[in-house]
Amino acid sequence: MSAVARPLRVARWVGAPLAVALLASLLLAAPIRLAGLPLPEPVTLMVPAFAWALIRPALSPAAALLVGGLALEVLWGAPTGLWSLSLLAAYLPVLAFRNVLAGQSQVVLWVWFGLACLLAQATGWLATFWLTGAAPSLAASGLQWLATVVLFPLASFLVEHFRDADVRFR
Amino acid sequence: MSFRDNPFGEIRLPLALGAAAAAVVALVVAFALLMIDRRQTYQTEVYNALRKASDGVVAPVTGAVATPVRWAGDALQHVGGYFFAASENRRLKAELAAAEAWRERAVALADENARYRALLGLAVDPPVPMVTGRTVTESRGPFANTRLINVGSERGVKVGHPVLSENGLVGRVIGVAPRVSRVLLLTDAASRTPVMIQRTRARAILTGDGGWAPELAFLRGRDAARPGDLVLTSGDGGVLPRGITVGRVDRGADGVLRVRLASDAAPVDFVRVLLFEDFVRLEDLRALNRPAEPPPPTAMPRAPEPPPATPPSREPAR
Repeated sequence: MSAVARPLRVARWVGAPLAVALLASLLLAAPIRLAGLPLPEPVTLMVPAFAWALIRPALSPAAALLVGGLALEVLWGAPTGLWSLSLLAAYLPVLAFRNVLAGQSQVVLWVWFGLACLLAQATGWLATFWLTGAAPSLAASGLQWLATVVLFPLASFLVEHFRDADVRFR
Repeated sequence: MSFRDNPFGEIRLPLALGAAAAAVVALVVAFALLMIDRRQTYQTEVYNALRKASDGVVAPVTGAVATPVRWAGDALQHVGGYFFAASENRRLKAELAAAEAWRERAVALADENARYRALLGLAVDPPVPMVTGRTVTESRGPFANTRLINVGSERGVKVGHPVLSENGLVGRVIGVAPRVSRVLLLTDAASRTPVMIQRTRARAILTGDGGWAPELAFLRGRDAARPGDLVLTSGDGGVLPRGITVGRVDRGADGVLRVRLASDAAPVDFVRVLLFEDFVRLEDLRALNRPAEPPPPTAMPRAPEPPPATPPSREPAR
């Protein structure tokens, strides 16, 4: 089999981004302050979640998001299932509209990424409200949303890098 | 029957449909996990083995991975400290001058308090032992505000123990592994802490919401709290000791009375865990009624003889 016809391996387009996103979350969980402010806490897994839905439909991203969400919960001490649920709730609509998103400009994709992040935050907000009986701070949710939305260029890079990487899907 | 003879061999699930089905199945699994967690979260006895094990693994890994980040942060703080050394020196001198006057007053009051306690035969709170730990990770998001610290059950830490920084209360332990503990911060949406306003002694419940300043809920009485009032733990319920500094009252942008936490004044890198036993869970409640120490020798000439202290009751405290 020639190098051109080699299929894209799951470890490359799902495994590696998942590992990098979790490593970034691990680094950002360090208890330090810069200029008196704590480090931001973006939901780094939203980057591959959005990109995977656009790159191609497959079974592995759903499993990766479930496992990645559980890893985030272990790291952050969140209730089990909260982030898996939130990430999958954002992944599903993007997957459903991937045909609409194909060929759109970067600005439009950025807006869609923002909407997907908003959906993930809203799911987490509702789940936390249901679990604790207290409404989580909208300001804190907004800050985390903002810190996540600015990561869109990374998602765009993943899409551009892997969308045409497998000749079977060209 | 060979594979080619399989009557379903030609059936191909559309790829998009298969991906969506897998995502829906994963969604259902995540929701089921959330349901299970909801039943277990606040039953500390069943803080499940998986969490303990994962905390035990995450702590050293995170500690090692985040070390360069911590070094970078320390270096930046060092540079900042160098440039602001003069202004900090002025501020510290002013604080020291103010503290000198307070120190003499505090020594006199401590002496007076000790005498009164001895004269009245009060069974005061015994000194609470503590262990010091370092924060390994922290989560600051809207849905979880917790920290992992590098002391655990091997050092005597138990679920429910209060955790303090040098400035005030940080939270309480919600999970313990042999060498690591998970601390629920006061700002977490699941955190509820009984507090009182120092000026009015009004009680309230400090309710976290994932934001920077938790809300003062169930505050009763007219003018019970004003911005700037000091907030302390009330000790109600026996879960936390009374009188630990929590912060100062502030009014949020939404008009709600909130508490600006004292522990936010500096990075919470090192913490102290009070090995405080909730008195309602003591095995021997008679320990609460041990007689007080005899009064200290007085320098005052011809001091009147103190009345004999009432023998303490041997009945357990209710």
